Amino acid sequence: MNIIIIDDEPLAQSIVAEYAQSIPGIQIMATCSDGFEGLKAIQQHKPDLIFLDIQMPRINGFEMLELVEQKPAVIFTTAFDEYAIKAFETNAIDYLLKPFSKERFDIALQKVSKQIPNTTGTDALLQEAALQPQQQNRIVVKDGHKIKIIPTSQIHFLEASDDYVKIHTAEGGFLKKKRMSEFEASLDAQIFVRSHRSFIINTQLITRIDLHEKDSYILTLSTGKQLPVSKTGYSKLKQILGI
Amino acid sequence: MSSITADKNFRYVYIICTIVWMGLRGFLLYNLSGQAAPAFIDASISVVLIFSTCFLMVNNMQYYLPKTKKIGYVLILSGLIGIINLITQPLLLHLFFSDDHYSIWQLPSLRYLRFIESFMISACIGFWALLWYVKKDQESLIAQQSETAQLAKDAELYMLRQQLQPHFLFNSLNSISALTVSQPDKARHMIQQLSDFLRSTLKKEEKRWHSLQDEIHTIQLYLDIEKVRFGHRLQTEVDIPESCTQLFLPALLLQPLVENAIKHGLYSLTGNVLIHMEAAASSNELHISISNPFNVNEQQVSQGTGFGLSSIQRRLFLLCGRHDLVITTKHESIFTVKIIIPQIHEYYNH
Repeated sequence: MNIIIIDDEPLAQSIVAEYAQSIPGIQIMATCSDGFEGLKAIQQHKPDLIFLDIQMPRINGFEMLELVEQKPAVIFTTAFDEYAIKAFETNAIDYLLKPFSKERFDIALQKVSKQIPNTTGTDALLQEAALQPQQQNRIVVKDGHKIKIIPTSQIHFLEASDDYVKIHTAEGGFLKKKRMSEFEASLDAQIFVRSHRSFIINTQLITRIDLHEKDSYILTLSTGKQLPVSKTGYSKLKQILGI
Repeated sequence: MSSITADKNFRYVYIICTIVWMGLRGFLLYNLSGQAAPAFIDASISVVLIFSTCFLMVNNMQYYLPKTKKIGYVLILSGLIGIINLITQPLLLHLFFSDDHYSIWQLPSLRYLRFIESFMISACIGFWALLWYVKKDQESLIAQQSETAQLAKDAELYMLRQQLQPHFLFNSLNSISALTVSQPDKARHMIQQLSDFLRSTLKKEEKRWHSLQDEIHTIQLYLDIEKVRFGHRLQTEVDIPESCTQLFLPALLLQPLVENAIKHGLYSLTGNVLIHMEAAASSNELHISISNPFNVNEQQVSQGTGFGLSSIQRRLFLLCGRHDLVITTKHESIFTVKIIIPQIHEYYNH
């Protein structure tokens, strides 16, 4: 089994490496100290399993995982036990709380060998992660080969586009494979409003809302962009804007 | 509720008023009647009667005072006292001498003056007592409020202090766990450092202000541990002039700032990170600044420094009553927090 270790602390990497080396049949393909290196290494080596820390420089473990197309099995290794440990324990392949024992590590690996084809838990994890306050104020996307971190305050609006969501900013649009409902749940509801089935808009940029036809409205953003507003969208806007 | 009748000053003044009024009234009656003995007996009996009924009234006010219309209540009581005196004074006086022996009885209009006199006196005393009770009430309310505020403050400080630790602790333990096999000596050393650090933070729970030297020692332990965790990525510079080491600051105030600097430095950048810390003394204030590099491109993200800084601002405000003691600046890619600590610790340590 091929594994990659991603952790920003050298000693934390070494303990995973030490435990892993004692198990026959495991090859450590790479050890990475941040999400960027991790992403590259995953694409290059296509590991069966990654050990992933959550708190890391620039982008955290969850954000990195969002950008991985073919997700390997994941075991989180972290001292970050502030939220949803229960969710992790039920959904993830495993979740190792630092510091962990060799016995605990072995149990995690046994789980992996039983469950390797089944990585469904990861999505639930990512959703959980989206609720983390730190995550609400930014979105990480891939822009060609680069990784782009977009502060949510820079978002003009989101547009549904097949399986993707297009994030419109002053620098252009970026695609992210995620559902509108997920964005709706994770973004600050005081600022971002689902004004239409296909749009979530940054209410701070609204300059005007005009009646278009009976029960349908059109809003104008400060950028000049005009977007349709549905009937339910209009009542949500009224609430947020206090009109 | 305490009673005005238990107040020593009130009792003295009350007795003096009684005697003075007795004298004045006796003198007045003597002038009107030309009879010394009956005039002074009349004065003594009447005034004692008035002042003792008033005493009963104000004493009673400790048990009952209406929530509203207090003035009306006092006026009604005074009216009652007036009527009681109007009736009982002549009755009592008749026990001593008949109509013939006391020429005052020849002036019937004076009877009604007895009502007015006792009404006025009891109204005066009643309002005096009313003021006293209302003031006491407010004092106890204020005392209660400040006690509540003090409790809230203590609780808040305690909560703010609790914010540090868990991540740091578990990650450090994980590092130690990693070192035990490869470098046991280093592991032992780190356990020592971690214990010293924890002990120094625990010990500081009670006393509120410490010398900078003391605090820097704790911070240094903390930095050393973090350096083991993060390896070469974390570099530190601590520049504390001799003149500052004996200045004082609240316990564990720097800790979250250093923690923040490390967090924002290490987690917003991928390369090596230098945390710089320096102190300066200026006109009875201690200035400490802590700076860390940050990612300029993600400025907007890292602006939400959130809990760490605002909690320190809050804590300094609770301790010093000033809002301007935390200053943050961004210069190119360096974020600096400067805190100003007025040297007012003697209020807290003694």
